[in-house]
Amino acid sequence: MTAGSSSSSKPVKLYGWAVSPFVARALLSLEEAGVDYEHVPMNPDAGDHRRPEHLAMNPFGQVPVLEDGDLTLFESRAIARHVLRKHKPELLGVGELERSAAVDVWLEVEAHQFHPPTLAIVRECIAAPLRGRARDQVVVDENVGKLRAVLEVYEARLGSHRYLAGDNVSIADLNHFTLMHYFMSTEYGPALVGPLPRVKAWWEELAARPAARKVAAFMPLDFGADKKEK
Amino acid sequence: MGIKVYGPAASTNVARVLVCLEEVGAEYELVPVDMPSGEHKRPEHLARNPFGQVPAFQDGDMMLSESRAIAKYILRKGGSQLLRECNLSESAIVDVWLEVEAAQFSSAMSPIIFQCFVIPIVMGGKPDMKVVEENLEKLKKALEVYEARLSKFKYLAGEFVSLADISHFPTAHYLLGSPHASAIDAYPHVKAWIADIMARPSVKKVRELMKMASA
Repeated sequence: MTAGSSSSSKPVKLYGWAVSPFVARALLSLEEAGVDYEHVPMNPDAGDHRRPEHLAMNPFGQVPVLEDGDLTLFESRAIARHVLRKHKPELLGVGELERSAAVDVWLEVEAHQFHPPTLAIVRECIAAPLRGRARDQVVVDENVGKLRAVLEVYEARLGSHRYLAGDNVSIADLNHFTLMHYFMSTEYGPALVGPLPRVKAWWEELAARPAARKVAAFMPLDFGADKKEK
Repeated sequence: MGIKVYGPAASTNVARVLVCLEEVGAEYELVPVDMPSGEHKRPEHLARNPFGQVPAFQDGDMMLSESRAIAKYILRKGGSQLLRECNLSESAIVDVWLEVEAAQFSSAMSPIIFQCFVIPIVMGGKPDMKVVEENLEKLKKALEVYEARLSKFKYLAGEFVSLADISHFPTAHYLLGSPHASAIDAYPHVKAWIADIMARPSVKKVRELMKMASA
């Protein structure tokens, strides 16, 4: 470290493979924040996430990891919160008791209500075939049922609020983008979202954001499988 | 109209909210929800928590769901230092370990609690030991990481206690009351950390409420 350098002069680095909706969630927060960052790619097949250097940053051996000066963070939702709190605090409702509560509620809803069934569907419909495993239709059907009930709550919410946490877009909306991107490419995406006009409009607006379009390009729907074969 | 919390104190998610109310010294009313009879799925409760779960939380006109969101609201409103939101780096580390609590600790503990407590006590059935063993293995892998962390720092986010630590107490309460409590003996720093959290007056009070609810 040279004399006179401060932690703010160190670059921001995000580690992980961008096809992961978790890594991409963190990338989206950096893009939305307009931060100058370096994406450090990693190779899961080579076990990069299990190497000692990575475990020193994330002892659970997962991605993404964010380095921001002297701060090292993991867990994509914690990374997204930090990046946006630092650069776009209005997206968290910082300083506003009621708005920040609404943002936090819908952040938790994304994590606990939306994410588990949606991830299960994406795993069976996209990831399993890529790994040469047959889709487990029982798992798919069970989770489609759960997600349908969840999205009906979203439809009602978006009937009385422009965005999930209120009149303005927030991190709660943004945190849905990356997994939705994969989900909407399965046959269940349009099937579940199609009949819900407000969810559909909300999704289309989210996906049209410049930062979302940029991050979508990092998430090819075949997880880059055809590149690997070359 | 003051603060109301809807749900049984014995629920880990309800307990998480109650401990924060106790931490800030807020007055509140605990309103029972009869889950065995399906009250949480009926329209009156769904109007409070549209996902049909507990807790639901009311403060004046505001209705909130999701225990970790409610916890943050209570602590912010009460001026607590447990979130460290005055410090960008510290609050980020608190957020990391709050995510870990949900993703690594509670995700392994929930099936164990369901098998060891809900099935025998509420449903009169037998636990599926395969599910318990699988999740105990997951829990132990997480506890190895916790042990390393707590060997370096007094608390998860550093030298200061935070919501990240306290958020573990409801599931830790059930772990200690289960046949598998000795699982933590192999992790002395984790064991000491749990004892430290359980010694907090707020935690002691809510543990009493949890026991009363189960009786």
